[in-house]
Amino acid sequence: MTALSQQDSRGRLAEPSPAPAVWCSGLRKRYRRRTAVDDVSFTVGRGEVMGLLGPNGAGKTTVIKMLLGLVRPDAGEVLLLGKPAAEPRSRARVGYLPELFRYQPWLTAAEVLALHVRLAGLAVPLHERRECLAAVSLADRAGDRVGSFSKGMQQRLGLAVALVARPELVILDEPTSALDPIGRADVRDLLLTLKARQVAVLLNSHLIGEVERVCDRVVILDKGKVAAAGSLTELLGQRELRLQLDDVSPQAHARLAATGSVNQSGNSFTLALPSHQDNDTTVPDLVADLVGLGVRIHAVEPGRISLEQRLLDILRAGSSEEQR
Amino acid sequence: MTVQIVLAMAALTLREVARRRVLRSLAALTVILLSLSAWGFSRIDAEFGGLTSGEARIASAMVLNLVMFGLSLIAALGTAFLAGPTLAGEIESGIALAVLARPLRRFAVLLGKWLGLVVFGSGFVILAGIAQLVIVRVTVGYWPPQPVAGLALLAAQTTALLTLGLLLSTAISPMASGIVAVGLFGATWIAGVVGGVGDALDNESVARVGTVSGMVIPTDGLWRGAMYALQDPIVLSPELIGSPLVSQAPLTATYLAWAALWVALVLGLAGIAFQRRDL
Repeated sequence: MTALSQQDSRGRLAEPSPAPAVWCSGLRKRYRRRTAVDDVSFTVGRGEVMGLLGPNGAGKTTVIKMLLGLVRPDAGEVLLLGKPAAEPRSRARVGYLPELFRYQPWLTAAEVLALHVRLAGLAVPLHERRECLAAVSLADRAGDRVGSFSKGMQQRLGLAVALVARPELVILDEPTSALDPIGRADVRDLLLTLKARQVAVLLNSHLIGEVERVCDRVVILDKGKVAAAGSLTELLGQRELRLQLDDVSPQAHARLAATGSVNQSGNSFTLALPSHQDNDTTVPDLVADLVGLGVRIHAVEPGRISLEQRLLDILRAGSSEEQR
Repeated sequence: MTVQIVLAMAALTLREVARRRVLRSLAALTVILLSLSAWGFSRIDAEFGGLTSGEARIASAMVLNLVMFGLSLIAALGTAFLAGPTLAGEIESGIALAVLARPLRRFAVLLGKWLGLVVFGSGFVILAGIAQLVIVRVTVGYWPPQPVAGLALLAAQTTALLTLGLLLSTAISPMASGIVAVGLFGATWIAGVVGGVGDALDNESVARVGTVSGMVIPTDGLWRGAMYALQDPIVLSPELIGSPLVSQAPLTATYLAWAALWVALVLGLAGIAFQRRDL
């Protein structure tokens, strides 16, 4: 997936516009009696990678479709790259991979890209389109009909379609659902490349590890509402440190308590490190001091509350509040 | 920009038709129909050698109308079953998602697909129609009085039906829209025949069935106009009044204007329905 990183950013605005890539406010959608999306607002900054998380049926795909004008919101406003979403031109520099990815089976992969370039109203030269197919490992299948492609290959083609018209914002709805582990790694690299090129990405994915690794910020949707939103540091908050210690003197206890709140169970100590102490010296300093105080150290294990754990906490808290 | 989108979608629709074997199946059906008609017309000439020239002309004109009806039926079935999948099918499969997320208006996509189908449907009717006219000319020496008007009206009939198919496909499933469009086409044809019988019997209320159905869906009205243009005036004898293969009067300019307005209205309605649809 290196071809894309070599691709220059011709056609992109020289000065990045101050308007965010996505701005939406108060989005609502009802399907008959069911409320699919309820008062959803968020912003994706230029060049920012934002993850959209949530359980099945949380309204993630509906939100994405409302951003792109594929579903009409009952209420709310959307600006894409600073233009109201009601204007088709707002999507001129937006690439989209739908969750349900299907492309004209009677066209070849190269023809699908040519069609999308034409519909985007751009003149993207042939070699750039080829690079785009190469970026998703489809260079040798450019002349084959899409009808003969496997699901994974169609999803790769979908990624190429999303990237071909020199987007400033890419919206990917479950981009790895049909991909094998290599394909998933490729997509991760691709996301990092986009990030490096300052292309904003809105990523809906169930693979939390993927989101944790590439996203700057996360919005968690549950039952159509924003359950939590923020940067990964904000959301995951504190780190923790698990220690196995012997001969802990009162002075050593005091040293531990000075670093963070202590939770002791026998010889096991769990220290919650506040996020403002999130620097490289906290743990080595603590270990040196404990050794100096005569504590015998068996194990030091730094840990971070995983995004997965945090997501489950948020979703469970939401459902238990509802039951009350 | 919008014009570019319309043209791109029209070209895409034509390419789809060409690659999806529709063209080949239609070509095969047409060749069968044309060969059968060539054989039939040559038999008229051989077996009814004793007919007067007037009788032979009546027979030829009526059989020509019958074969043309067959052609228009093939075109109607073909385009109605193409119009359905092209919109409803793409919405159902998800192909429409990636396309409609591009910077374009949905009406431009609809108009492009419509244009592609019109070019295909009309092209088919006109080419197959010319082939048929040549066959009749060679076998029995008959040449219709207004061949250009006749073929143009056949093309207009196909256009009206496929526009209706597009409207239906914005609301119901691909297969259902094809079936309903062809069903309505058949129903208006029958209503037209009933109306013709009403005319023959001087029964106003029965005749009104044809008039009303011709206004609601103009496919049969346009077909009757095409028949009139293709038939020899000699068939307008009192004995043939009410025959489903004879048209009694040419189309009025008002009716043609109404048919054009009808197509525009139905296309506009399809545009509104498509615009409002959640994908």
